[in-house]
Amino acid sequence: MSWSELGPLLGQALGQTLYMVVGTLLVGGVLGLVLGVALYVSRPRNLLPNRAVAGVLNVLVNTVRPIPFIIFVTAVQPAAIAVTGTSYGPTYALFAMAVMATFATSRIVEQNLVALDPGVVEAARAMGAGPVRIITTVLIPEALGPLILGYTFLFVAIVDMSAVVGAVAGGGLGNFAIVYGYQRYDYAVTWLTVAVIVVIVQLAQALGNLLARRVLRR
Amino acid sequence: MVELRGVTKEFTDGRTRVRAVDDVSLDIDRGEIFGVIGYSGAGKSTLVRLINALEAPTAGTVSVDGTVLTGLPERRLRPARAGVGFIFQQFNLLSSRTVAGNVAYPLTVAGWDRASKAARVAELLDFVGLADKAGQRPSQLSGGQKQRVGIARALATSPALLLADEATSALDPETTRDVLDLLRRVNRELGVTIVVITHEMSVVTYLCDRVAVMDGGRVVELGDVYDIFANPREPVTRRFIATALHDRPRPDVVERLLERHQGRIVTVAVSDETATSTAITDVLRHHGVDSAIVYGGITEVGARPFGSLTLELTGAPDDVRTAIADLAARTEVVDHGGAGTPPGGPSGPDGPGGRATGTEAAR
Repeated sequence: MSWSELGPLLGQALGQTLYMVVGTLLVGGVLGLVLGVALYVSRPRNLLPNRAVAGVLNVLVNTVRPIPFIIFVTAVQPAAIAVTGTSYGPTYALFAMAVMATFATSRIVEQNLVALDPGVVEAARAMGAGPVRIITTVLIPEALGPLILGYTFLFVAIVDMSAVVGAVAGGGLGNFAIVYGYQRYDYAVTWLTVAVIVVIVQLAQALGNLLARRVLRR
Repeated sequence: MVELRGVTKEFTDGRTRVRAVDDVSLDIDRGEIFGVIGYSGAGKSTLVRLINALEAPTAGTVSVDGTVLTGLPERRLRPARAGVGFIFQQFNLLSSRTVAGNVAYPLTVAGWDRASKAARVAELLDFVGLADKAGQRPSQLSGGQKQRVGIARALATSPALLLADEATSALDPETTRDVLDLLRRVNRELGVTIVVITHEMSVVTYLCDRVAVMDGGRVVELGDVYDIFANPREPVTRRFIATALHDRPRPDVVERLLERHQGRIVTVAVSDETATSTAITDVLRHHGVDSAIVYGGITEVGARPFGSLTLELTGAPDDVRTAIADLAARTEVVDHGGAGTPPGGPSGPDGPGGRATGTEAAR
């Protein structure tokens, strides 16, 4: 195939990848934030200590997270079809990615909250603030810098996931590299795909660093 | 203002049970500055957290301003907490907010509107002398300034009670003095009752009207600061007093004093009634005994003079003896001997004892 034929295909694959990555970041990022906060506040002697909730959430997170992503994608296929109404393409792949990203994010969020000085939470409690207010006005704003870095890290992991789903009908750059590079023994195509992904990751990391620095400079 | 009745707090840490506060009953009066002193782990931080219901007691009852807090549901405790100011050793300011934003936080919690919040924040920052720092971040402030912000924040909702948990322990001595002066102003000008938790006796002597000494979760001694100083009963209290006053010569110092001076060496307690330093001088003059101060210190405790002077007495042996007896009738005297006389030991109006001396007091 000539580059003039490959060019538009690469552009389409790039668009699919960005769609999956941004979609996963939004859905998984928000759900992961909720789950991560729940993991944190339900810990013993924390804001809303609840042994049962903490136990269930931890088992759930620890069960899903270690599953290799390529197996996870195939394992949740029935659920993905039920939710997205399709069995291939970026939207179909987005389902498995968002679920996995939710669990990955939850741990990142929890770890950054654990690292916070409990004194500021105690101060807010002493001023009569309730748990919801403390979460939204103390915990998340105080941990914002590290959280931005955590989400940047997550972004890179999601780009990785998006390439994996390319192997199982997900589309995107991973699929492009496999179909037009690997299966056709065309290293130039594979390397070009790698270069595109590296650029995406570099840009994301630079943006994350910039935002985190702005927040942390206070 | 605060009533604790048989308050006990136990924590379970894994399998071990720790009794942080053990059967404490005390009353803190409206308008006073009440000190709680103790070493780390004595239970004083837990005690203060019981007062504003950050912790619930295992047994006993806590009431603040006539409201029994014990047993109230969390929803009812929140407004109660908002009515009690709290300042912390590590300040606990929100780094994500400006100075003004920190001071405004409790007002937001209390549901104030924007305009009244801005006016109140300006008023508070003016009171603590930080009006020019409103837009800065806490990280740009010195420790003393951070604590001033902490105090302004604690006072935002005009609480009748302010709890200070080791509020000056992270500060240098000069800044400590400034913050203590500010707390005194809060008490005098705003009529706020203050509970000061500290491990520093100097904070108690400088600021407090009454003090409770805590040891092992119990209040072992409680009373007017001056009375506690003048008549400490517990060893732990004596140790704290010794850290605040270095007025009494340790045994090795006494030895050197005896070597250096020819006369009789005595340590005389100074107090504000029968044994002011003027009265002591008068007694010695009356007996025709000369005296030179060789060691000592007098400080103010609860705005009254307190301390001791170690004197070298010279004169006819009989005069010196009667002078010492005369002093001993008024105050506590420790006779270290000298001038050919063996040490006579402590004596005083209440007989031997009084304030502990020597190794015990010096720890």
